[in-house]
Amino acid sequence: MSGKPRLTYLNGRGRMESIRWLLAAAGVEFEEVYLETKEQYDKLIKDGFLLFQQVPLVEIDGMKMVQTRAIMSYIAGKYNLYGKDLKERALIDMYVEGISDLMQMILMFPFSPPDAKEKNLESIKERATNRYFPVFEKVLKQHGQDFLVGNKFSWADVQLIEAILAVEEKVPDVLSGFPQLQVFKTKMSKMPTIKKFLQPGSPRKPPPDAHYVETVLKVFKK
Amino acid sequence: MSAKPKLYYFNGRGKMESIRWLLAAAGVEFEEEFLESRDQYEKLLQGGSLLFQQVPMVEIDGMRMVQTRAILSYIAAKYNLYGKDLKERALIDMYVGGTDDLMGFIMMFPFLSAEDKEKQHALIVERATSRYFPVYEKVLKDHGQDFLVGNNFSWADVHLLEAILMVEEKKSDVLSGFPQLQAFKARISSIPAIKKFLEPGSQRKPVPDDKYVETVRRVLRMYYDLKAN
Repeated sequence: MSGKPRLTYLNGRGRMESIRWLLAAAGVEFEEVYLETKEQYDKLIKDGFLLFQQVPLVEIDGMKMVQTRAIMSYIAGKYNLYGKDLKERALIDMYVEGISDLMQMILMFPFSPPDAKEKNLESIKERATNRYFPVFEKVLKQHGQDFLVGNKFSWADVQLIEAILAVEEKVPDVLSGFPQLQVFKTKMSKMPTIKKFLQPGSPRKPPPDAHYVETVLKVFKK
Repeated sequence: MSAKPKLYYFNGRGKMESIRWLLAAAGVEFEEEFLESRDQYEKLLQGGSLLFQQVPMVEIDGMRMVQTRAILSYIAAKYNLYGKDLKERALIDMYVGGTDDLMGFIMMFPFLSAEDKEKQHALIVERATSRYFPVYEKVLKDHGQDFLVGNNFSWADVHLLEAILMVEEKKSDVLSGFPQLQAFKARISSIPAIKKFLEPGSQRKPVPDDKYVETVRRVLRMYYDLKAN
């Protein structure tokens, strides 16, 4: 058994993508097992691997971790991406949770009925530009530092760069009113571990397509 | 400004209730400001105290914290209800994630259409009895200790008790197949701080009623029904 964390999920972004980003940003190599059939999934459940019968599952440090937030908090804590004290942790948690609400809208998007897609896209654009991005624009402007919290690279920065890129895939000019975020995006993209993750051949997954949606529905069919 | 944490939310459970539970369990007194009108909410927004324009908001230790999970994590850590190390923390986070998902089904219930309510009721009972309660039943049975994690009272225990009581409000005999959870419920309920919170006159909020739903809809201008899972 290798010492590397092992990720079990579908071969696509979903709820596992933020975990891939965080491990990559921390410079941690990992293995992946892809769920392709319902039988595979049912077997995982039958064998007792999935605490609440759900994926993501990350095998790490002898634990079979489930629950996306729990997994990410553990990784952030272990690899010093969680601030230096309780208050910095609180800020990171607030920022990450906010971004996660935005990412949730993007996550659900491929599964919305065709007649709701335009409205949902508009909601994503509206929330990004009126609720979430202005907050981080202001945070960066006010302290003038490179990173969101404590003048140090943290989970919050990784989550934000992931979200910026995900929204840009849907709304290409979304950063046009956010000069601080444009600079932030460039700076984060140049950090060695992130730069590597953004290159072809990395474990980063492409935007969800019809095949991905089909696989999700098939694997989790009741 | 008082040193007590101050909670800003509606006069009802919603996303703030878990925070009330945790503060109470930690023996921390707190104040509350209840949102009753749209104007109050807009005033909070304009004052810039809601980072993402949302409540819950808790003023604590000089911060205006938002995002329920962030607030709960902070309180848990501050009052030593978060385990002794990273691995215990991971277990607590996993367990709380489960009870959070379960309570999420219950939280949306008052905002569903009449037709969806019936389906959701069945879903809540099904999930509680086949997905969530069996996990905690087994954890307690396997280690034989009083508390879920590390033989020490933690956030996970508070959250589980809250979830058990909420599901029981929907189906009173739901613990009938879970002897460990029955004992757990009795044990945790008798912890002085929790016992106090369970008594009339505490800051614990009642089951959401029509007035609560109407207030939330009016203040947030949320005039649509949520979609059931």
